[in-house]
Amino acid sequence: MQVKNKIAKLTKSKGYSSFTAALLAIFIGLIIGYIIMLIASPANSLSGIAMVLVGGASRLGDVFYFATPILMTGLAVGFAFKMGMFNIGASGQYTMGMFFALYAGFMWDLPAGIHWIVCVLAGMIGGLLWGLIPGILKAILNVNEVITSIMFNYIGMYLVDMLIQGNATMYISSKTRTDYLPSTAQITSLGVQNSNVNLSIFIAVAFAIILFIVLNKTTFGYELKATGFNKNASTYAGMNGKRNIILTMAIAGAMAGLGGAFAILAPSTIPGSSMTYEPINVIAANGFNGIAVALLANSNPLGIIFSSIFVSYIQRGGTLASLFGYKPEIIDIVIAVIIYFSAFALFMKTVVAEVLKRRKTEKASTGINSDQPLSATEKEDV
Amino acid sequence: MDTLYYLIQNTLPVTIPLLLVALGGMFSERSGIINIALEGIMLFGAFFGCFFVYLVQGTSMNAQTVLLLGMLVAAVAGYVFSQLLSFATVNLNADQTITGTSLNMLVPAVILLFSKMKFNSDGITTDINFYIKEVPGLGSIPVLGKMFFQNTYLTVYIGFLFLIISAIVFYKTKFGLRLRACGEHPHAADSVGINVYHMRHAGVAISGVLAGVGGFFYSVGIMDGNIGGHTGVAGFGFLALAVMIFGQWKPIKILFAALFFAFLRTLAYSVPLIPFLDGLHINQTFYKMLPYIATMVVLAFTSKKSSAPKAEGIPYDMSQR
Repeated sequence: MQVKNKIAKLTKSKGYSSFTAALLAIFIGLIIGYIIMLIASPANSLSGIAMVLVGGASRLGDVFYFATPILMTGLAVGFAFKMGMFNIGASGQYTMGMFFALYAGFMWDLPAGIHWIVCVLAGMIGGLLWGLIPGILKAILNVNEVITSIMFNYIGMYLVDMLIQGNATMYISSKTRTDYLPSTAQITSLGVQNSNVNLSIFIAVAFAIILFIVLNKTTFGYELKATGFNKNASTYAGMNGKRNIILTMAIAGAMAGLGGAFAILAPSTIPGSSMTYEPINVIAANGFNGIAVALLANSNPLGIIFSSIFVSYIQRGGTLASLFGYKPEIIDIVIAVIIYFSAFALFMKTVVAEVLKRRKTEKASTGINSDQPLSATEKEDV
Repeated sequence: MDTLYYLIQNTLPVTIPLLLVALGGMFSERSGIINIALEGIMLFGAFFGCFFVYLVQGTSMNAQTVLLLGMLVAAVAGYVFSQLLSFATVNLNADQTITGTSLNMLVPAVILLFSKMKFNSDGITTDINFYIKEVPGLGSIPVLGKMFFQNTYLTVYIGFLFLIISAIVFYKTKFGLRLRACGEHPHAADSVGINVYHMRHAGVAISGVLAGVGGFFYSVGIMDGNIGGHTGVAGFGFLALAVMIFGQWKPIKILFAALFFAFLRTLAYSVPLIPFLDGLHINQTFYKMLPYIATMVVLAFTSKKSSAPKAEGIPYDMSQR
């Protein structure tokens, strides 16, 4: 009986309903992915979708390796979301973090063991700066953070490309990419064969946990969420909205910057080489994948750990599906569809909750016609 | 003087996509829906427009006729794609920014997938020449002819036609008035019998048509009739949003804002041709950043007293007061 009660309590909790909403969105996304495969090449579609679903399991090291940067950008987006801000600028912050990490890696000669930590911190500062500016503009001058962050994506991308191309130590123009980073600047590998998975996944998870604690156990986190729920009420209650906006964006930027640093500082499986950056004027995709990760997890930092691993998992599967002739872009489509549906999955969730609530109140007070407000579902018949 | 002619001739084809897409954004936002998906709609329209051009380029059709037909295809594509946005945001009260972002992510992936499967490349390459060396008659007018009727594209004139039509629809028709009311105070509009949902659907649909056409004109006027999934429309959809904000959500101001940004961009890409700027030896990437930095500066100065539609971004809920 107690267990039953517990289950009933769990299924009615907020976390559970956002979990089911996310599952629904994922399910629809995968179905659409399957339909595309069916159109592209019907004969292989079953093995193709099977590869997407289970392929990641054979490359678990890579799943965690590719999950690390999107975990961080996911935190960057999700943390700002909690405050009611849409940090679409994770890409720019990510690129900036990457550049700062690269710079520290190439230009500073530090002993092994310390060097990569300094590089990671440099990346964090880079991202922090790139999040701080839109935060300040939003808080003081009321500039819409969505537009600002998009502009900062482009400015950051061009700026980094320009700075890298102008630096002879970092850039090999004949190969149009950066040089190999010194091995001291690379994050310690976990030693999984044929995989770049490294220590940073643990650091990323630790940051997710820290953010969870900040959001749920500190005054700052409380104020932040209160501002997200109702800006005017929180100002009325004496919370310093402007300071909180700036802090939130700075922290979000720092997270994305860390993601960039983790991505570029990862060790390579081939000794003597490293990750490289190509300045080809393209905005980092990991920033946008962070949006998907954050939305799937309903911006919960602990949920973001799992959603980032999930997204990375189906991405690996999608890459492996190319064995059957499918292009990996199918996964990008699946992810976009998942975001599209999770945008109104949140709505479906509230409708379901409202219906349940009404049924309950009707049960409690049969006959009495309560003055329930019209729900959003009833709008069509007017 | 030749430099000036050159700059004007090259600024106009860049202005038009910005202008059309910003006008589209205006229609959508004044009806109450934030349209972040403009970038995706542009790319979608450009893709279908170019695909149409690709299909007919072997026939003996006149290049300008192809352009007009391609424009229609792009308009339809933009309209269809925008329905995804209005369905989610108007009917299902989805978050407008998130939905828009997901649509923006969807389009490049679809285009890359399709192009890789069909052409084994990143996009569509066409070889029709839409360039107009000189408009017959008008091109020989001294000064003005050289500025506006030489080395140009048909898109420029169509773009201005769209601007005039938009301004008239927006300010001189019942529909325009109702649309604007829905963006300012949907409940008041509803109380006098305007169907807010219909108006918002219409606003998004118009923005879809204009953004689709704008995307096609981008590929015609800037990319020589090509479009790629990786480069896309280079953030023009987002720039158009900034143009719209800078233009205070008003058609004529939007024109000047679009001219301003297009001029900056043209300047950035023609640095080697301008002896003065070339002599400064500043990295060309810096000039590429210029339109975006200018956007930031402009927004920083204009956002404090923003005249954004009051109800934009808020799903319409009849039961609220």
